[in-house]
Order: sequence, then structure tokens, then C-alpha cells
Amino acid sequence: MIFGIPVYPGSNCDKDIGWIIEEVIHEKAKYLWHEDSNLNDIDCIIIPGGFSYGDYLRTGAMAKLSPISEAIYDFAEKGGLVMGICNGFQILLEMGLLPGAMLPNKNLSFICKFVHLKIENNSTPFSNLYEKEEVIYIPIAHAEGNYTCDRETLKEIEENNQVIVRYCSPEGIIDEKFNPNGSVNNIAGICNKKGNVFGLMPHPERASENILGSTNGLTMFKSILEIATGKA
Amino acid sequence: MDREIIESHVTLEEYKKIVNLLGRKPNLIELGIFSAMWSEHCSYKSSRPHLSKFPTKAPWVVQGPGENAGIIMVDEEKEICAAFKIESHNHPSFIEPFNGASTGVGGILRDVFTMGARPIACMDSLRFGEIDNPKMKYVMKGVVAGISHYGNCVGVPTVGGEIYFDQCYQTNPLVNAFALGIVKKEKIFYAKAAGVGNPVIYVGSKTGRDGIHGATMASEEFSSEEEVGKKVNVQVGDPFVEKLLIEACLEAMKTEGIIAIQDMGAAGLTSSSVEMASRGNVGIKLELDKVPVREKGMTPYEIMLSESQERMVVVCEKGKESKIIDVFEKWGLDACIIGEIIEEAAIKLFWHNEEVAKIPINILTDEAPVYYRPFKTPKYIIENRNYIQNNITEPKNLNEITLKLLSSPTISKKQWIYEQYDHMVQINTAVYPGSDAAVLRVKGTEKGIAISSDCNSRYCYLNPYEGGKITVAEAARNVACSGATPKAITDCLNFASPEDPEIMWQFVKCTDGMADACRVLDTPVVSGNVSFYNETANKNGKRAIFPTPTVVCVGVLDKIENKTTKDFKNKEDIIILLGENSGNISGTEYQKLIQGEFKGTGQTIDLAFERILQKSIIEAISKNLINSAHDISEGGLAVTLFESAFDNNLGFKVRLDDEIRTDFLLFGEEQSRIIISVSPEKENETLEFFKIKTIPAKIIGKVTGKEGTILHKEKTVVKISIEEAKNIYESNLERKLEQ
Repeated sequence: MIFGIPVYPGSNCDKDIGWIIEEVIHEKAKYLWHEDSNLNDIDCIIIPGGFSYGDYLRTGAMAKLSPISEAIYDFAEKGGLVMGICNGFQILLEMGLLPGAMLPNKNLSFICKFVHLKIENNSTPFSNLYEKEEVIYIPIAHAEGNYTCDRETLKEIEENNQVIVRYCSPEGIIDEKFNPNGSVNNIAGICNKKGNVFGLMPHPERASENILGSTNGLTMFKSILEIATGKA
Repeated sequence: MDREIIESHVTLEEYKKIVNLLGRKPNLIELGIFSAMWSEHCSYKSSRPHLSKFPTKAPWVVQGPGENAGIIMVDEEKEICAAFKIESHNHPSFIEPFNGASTGVGGILRDVFTMGARPIACMDSLRFGEIDNPKMKYVMKGVVAGISHYGNCVGVPTVGGEIYFDQCYQTNPLVNAFALGIVKKEKIFYAKAAGVGNPVIYVGSKTGRDGIHGATMASEEFSSEEEVGKKVNVQVGDPFVEKLLIEACLEAMKTEGIIAIQDMGAAGLTSSSVEMASRGNVGIKLELDKVPVREKGMTPYEIMLSESQERMVVVCEKGKESKIIDVFEKWGLDACIIGEIIEEAAIKLFWHNEEVAKIPINILTDEAPVYYRPFKTPKYIIENRNYIQNNITEPKNLNEITLKLLSSPTISKKQWIYEQYDHMVQINTAVYPGSDAAVLRVKGTEKGIAISSDCNSRYCYLNPYEGGKITVAEAARNVACSGATPKAITDCLNFASPEDPEIMWQFVKCTDGMADACRVLDTPVVSGNVSFYNETANKNGKRAIFPTPTVVCVGVLDKIENKTTKDFKNKEDIIILLGENSGNISGTEYQKLIQGEFKGTGQTIDLAFERILQKSIIEAISKNLINSAHDISEGGLAVTLFESAFDNNLGFKVRLDDEIRTDFLLFGEEQSRIIISVSPEKENETLEFFKIKTIPAKIIGKVTGKEGTILHKEKTVVKISIEEAKNIYESNLERKLEQ
């Protein structure tokens, strides 16, 4: 399976994703320069975290104008699997592939730490190997991860089971107390209606090896592999 | 030229020397160049005679001092090396905390990737005044935000650091930034220009008027607190450009043709071009009108002395320049030819084809002044010899003291700081901030790199020689406690004015101590910098900082899976004390709490014993004998035990029977002690192991329950629930900052 990893100026988790793809799940990673637009042999796109275009203007706002982003838009429209992590999630929101927007964290600071997430929907291509309501341990690292959307959209994504992961306590309790950044309904990651586009603020690639303190994120990459090839 | 202009650049004495060396009077551009190159910051004129005593060589040292960063071998077989350096950014960070600190990070990163190394970790050593001072809160928040802003965006994790709060830093906070990168031995780049006719390429941000004379400013004390607000020469950094510069430089280095590369740091284009030419014994000709500038009307003087950030100079083979320029353009960066290498060993500057300055290189470097500054024992040192610690009244409630120490800003948990830093990006961080040393894996090998930054300046103040020794020993001990073998250090020597003989004495003694420790512990100095003039005049004369020779020790773990942390791991594990208690509270956090000042003759260390202790702990860890190791430092034995208990919420019960007054025993900070925990089935083997090594190892208790309990001679002296202590330890820094 070939994973495409777009590289925008300022992306900084691209090589981390590439490492997990190649060295941990032993598949192929292909880096896609932001000026390219050829996605012919790509099976799944993972938009990495970082500070595309230095976060100038607004996180993700410049990146959506790159040629590669247009190609990703078409790829997603045709049903291709697209996952955006952290800045990748912000870019997907700016592109309109996912609903809603990001605000600065409620404490107005960058936050880097491990958090607990509850798997709310395990029937997507990105979460199918998790148990429903499983609690996973995984880091966040962002300054703008305070997810927000209008009331109607919120109602819609909740009713459609588009919320894939929510911030929770180690026991799985979802409460404002365990919400690190102020996201509405403790939302950490959502998918689109069709379920082929997924964005999340936490970094699964940072929790995919024992040496890093958790392997709970690896299941996300394996889920994709399972859907695409059945060999995870 | 009138006297005022001359004196704003160099001393009259130095001016005479310049006229003499040049055989004529310099013009203003030339004088500006001299003032930068001969500044304390660039020339090390007061420190150089003393730096030569540092050991700088070992079989594993690939590059010692003199280049942009020092380099050591990490994996002999795969020829993977680590390049690292620490540098001060003190003065700018006080004037403008956010930009001062962030450009400090940017500068040190460039020193590392200039050598072809991909930066994989940053650390910062910070010193502030007391945290309840509103100005200090502002400075500290600004510094942390600046480091966070820059490091996070460039995608290099800030994996740790250290921070102390003491009155002496109130008007002289310290910001020392460290970076480490990984490079294959054959891919190391040096900043040594060569090849007459080869083009000089300017890369990165355009040159602006920011930071003009930054190096000179960093070589003066502040004449008053008010003056600080008036300084305008702090640079503004752009981490996005730095990130592009990292990627573009590393990519350009893969194409053929780069001969030398150097960043424009302190004294900008002046020092970068002079240093490159000097190392290669060649000259350099620059056409300053070709330098990309940010604003119209900039003069050659301003262009040469600007410290605008995110700029590099590259010398490449003639004919290969277009390929190199292409790489930078791909990353959206300015890259253009601004000059060439010439045979005559001089720097020649042109402005629209007219020669505006010409100075032989050796005059700027080799002939730079060297000052053998006088030094004498300070009065306070002599007075302190009469200090008697027994005069302190023994406190009744040691629970209260323990909690106060755990909540002191210097000791309490620093997650408010490090959670603002991305400490995980690049997915190498195997031991997160908060333990004795940060540990990073080296991808593609089994090795780990352990890094610890340290300097207890209180000990250095009370006893500079012993303090200097302890600084090196403690940084190395922290590395050893993670299981890694300390390999080398980089240092950042922060002192007040060298023109004051008592300060110079502190400098000489501290560096004597450091040199001795480096020799005994086999950790040569491979890079570093000196920051003098960390003092500010006030009503009562001046406030000088404590001597603060910050050390970062870098070590290598042969097998990263053997890494060890400070935390107790299992209930019923046996707690063992390595080393011996003596109850010395001079220079301790306890002394500060009880007496409000630091008195006495400080702490001392036996380096020969320290060496065996470190070698033994490393071997014990590699043999999987022990489950945790934590160096006893600030706050003493009691604090160390609690710190080990918190992360896994494991209580302990410890019995001590030393014939030492209880408060001294619990809170003394005597050196060369480590708390380890071992599984019960390994108790005997462990004790036997340390016995053979001649290291005193004593069972003092076990991991048990939900409380931290310490008995002294069968009497319970401390008993606090771990939950309560942890709560205070973790919340206090943030609470104080928000007050």
C-alpha cells in the first residue's frame, strides 16, 4: 500500500509519519511536494502536522491554496482515504473537506502532553480495529485545537456519528475537566459524512512504538491497512 | 574621527592598537568591524587565557571547540555523530523576553545544522529573579513563550532544561539555549573557506536594521534598570524561515559543491565572513550593494553589523553555484552571490564598485586584544568561612518544611513550562522532561543519547572551585542515572564584569574546577561560549549574578532499551542510598528557605569517588539490576524520595539512623549520592555489586503504601500523603505565576 504524505513549507511531522509507515507497518511512503498534484499511485493521503506556511494568516489557510491541496480535494471527493493530523486536520477544515473550525486553546498556550481519548465510532476506515468506547493514550501538541462549529453542524455530526474520538478521563469519562483545549463536546477528531476523510488533533504517530511510551496510535494506521488490503 | 564615536566602539587603548596595526586610521565601517570582532562576545578577550585549561580531546571527540559546534561519535560502527553547543542570549532576553529568547533558539539551531547535522533536540537553561516579582513574571512568561514559539514551529523538540529562581537574576535573567543534531561523520560540513575565485553566496532572510551592534551590547553591563527599556537592538526571529533554511541547507549539502557554510550569528556578516576566511587562511571580497536588504537607504556599516536572523553564508565551488541557488529557491529563500574568495588574506568591502573597507584578517582575529585581567579573593568568601550552620534553630514540623521545599519554584514540577514546548516532534524522545536527563533514540541504531543541563550557581557563588567541579559532575551524574555514559560537555559561562577582580576570581576558580572535573570524568569540553557583564547598576552599587557556568552533558546509551528514569516502578521494591550523608546545608534550597540567603563555604565533591559512582551506576543499569535512579540534588534526600514517588503514585517508607541533625540529614545537598530502587529478588546481587565497586550502598527502606514516610532513629519525622505532596509539587509554579 502506498501512503502519500504532502509536504508543505513548514510541515514538520512528515518524516514522523513516513517513519511509522515504512519502519513500523512496513508499507510504502511517498512524500508529495506542495507544488505537485499527481496522486495517481496513492492509496491513502496522510496530511502531517507542523506549521504549514508558518501558520501565517490562519492555521491551514495558506496550505489549502497549494496545488497538492487541490489534488487532495479531488482525491477525497472521489472517495479516496484522507487523514489529517494536527495541522493536517486544520488544513482539512480550511479546505472544507471537514466541517467546523479551530480556535486557539482555551488557555491561549501551546499544549504538548499525553491525553486520553475515547473511541466513539469504530466503524470507519481509520478506527475499525479499535473496540467501541476503547480508551486510548496519545499525545497532543498544538496551540489551536479548540474545535468549534455552529449548532446545526454540531447536531449533524453528532447524529451522523462523525465524531471518532473525544477527550476523556483515563476511565473514559467525558467531562469538561478532561478537555485540554476547550473543544466543543470534547471533540478531538471527526470524519466527513462519507467517512473517507478524517481529521484529529492528537498525534497517533507519536504513540506507535513502545519506546515512545504508547502504541495506542498504531491501531489507526493498521485500521487503514486493514480496510485497504485486509492484511493488518 | 571624534573621540565620542571611537569610544562608542572600542576603548582608546584598543583604538591606538588598531591605528598601529593598520598603519593608518580606520574609517567608520572598519571601526565598526573592529568593535564587533574585538568585542568580548566575539573575541573572548578576557576569558581566552583561562579557557585553554579545559581538556578538549578524547578518542570519541570528532570536533572540539573552534567550529560552530562540537561533535562526538555516537555509533562507531555506523559513524553517526552528535553535534551540539550551548549559547547565551541573556541581554536580549531581558530587554525583550519573547524575541530575545526565540532568537536564542534560532541562533543555536543554525550553529548545529551549519555543520550538516539535523537538529533533533533543544534544551534551555533559564535563571530568573524571585517569581513573585511582577517584572520577573513578565520576563519568564515572555521567555517561555518565545522558546515555545520558535522551537515548536521549526519542529525540533525542546526535551528538557533547568530553571532556578534567585534574587541575583532579578535584573539579569539568563537564557542559555542548547541544540543537538545528528550527522554522519563523512557528511560533516566545516566553516573553512577555500579556493580563490570561489563565489560567496548569501542565503536566507533579507538584512534589516535589527540587532545592529548586538555583540557589542552583549559585552557591556546595563548601566541602570531604566536603560534596559531603551535598547532597541534585539532581533526579531521568524521560525518559519528557519525551518525552510534547515531543510534547504541540508538538501543543498547533498548536492556537490559546498565548500564552507556558516550562519550569521553575533556580529552578522562581519564575523561570519571573517571567521570563514580566517579558518581557511584566505581573504574574502564582498560587494555589499548585492546583499538583499529589507529597507532602502541601508549603509555598508549597517549591513556589516546587522544581526538580522535566519541568514547564512555559503562558499561553493565556482560553476556549481546555480545548482545550490536552485535548492534555496525551491524552498522560497533568497540566495545570491555577494562576493568571492581572494588570495590576499584580507576582508575587502565594496559599495557600488568602490572599495569602502579593507582589513587584513589576522588583525581582526589573531591580533585581537587579550586581557590577563587581575583577580582577587572576594570579601564575602572570607567572611563566609565563619558561618556555623548549627546556629539555625531546628524546625519542629518537618512535614511543613518538606512541602515548602517541594513547592519552591526552583524545585517544583516544571510542566507549566515544558508542556508549552513540543518535546515529542521527530518521535525520538524516549524519556520525557522531568527526569534527571532527557533520552533520545538514534534512529537506525540501538543507541540512545542522554542530555542533561545543570548548574547550581549557589554552590559556585559560595565556593567557585568546588562549584565548578560540581556543575560538571552533576550534569554527568544525571546522564549516568539514565544509564548513559557521559561523553562530553558544552558550557555557557555566565558571569558579571571581568573588569572587577572579584568577579574575575570567580571565573578563574570556577573554570579551574570545571577543567579538573572534565579531566577526571572523561568529559572534554567540545564547544561553548562566555557571557560576561551580567550585572546591572542600582542604587546600592550593582547587582551581579552568581557565577553561573551552565553545563550540558551529552552521554551515549549503548542499548536504549536499558534507559532508566527517576521514578519508583513497583510496590515492595527496595530503596537503596548510594553514597554517604553528611548533612551540609550550605548553599541549599533549605538554607534559602530558613535563612533567606546563601552562607557558608558551599558544597564540596571528591571527584575520584564521583567517577567510580558514575561508572558503577551505568554498569548496574546495563546489567538490569535497578529499576530507578535519581540523583540527590536541590532539596536533599527528602525531596529526592518524593520526586521518585510522584509519577507512579507510589509511597515509600524509609528509616535513617545517621548521627546527623534531622533537618540537615533530610535537606542537606552533599554530593555524590543517588537513590535507587531494586526488585527484592535483586537486593543481594545489587548490594554485592556496589560492595565490589567500593561504593557505600545502604538499604534505607522500601516502596510501599500511599504515603511518604521517613523515620530518623525510629522516630517518624516526615509523613505526608503522596497525593497531597504531588498536588502541591505540580501546581505551585503555575499558581505563583497567575497570582
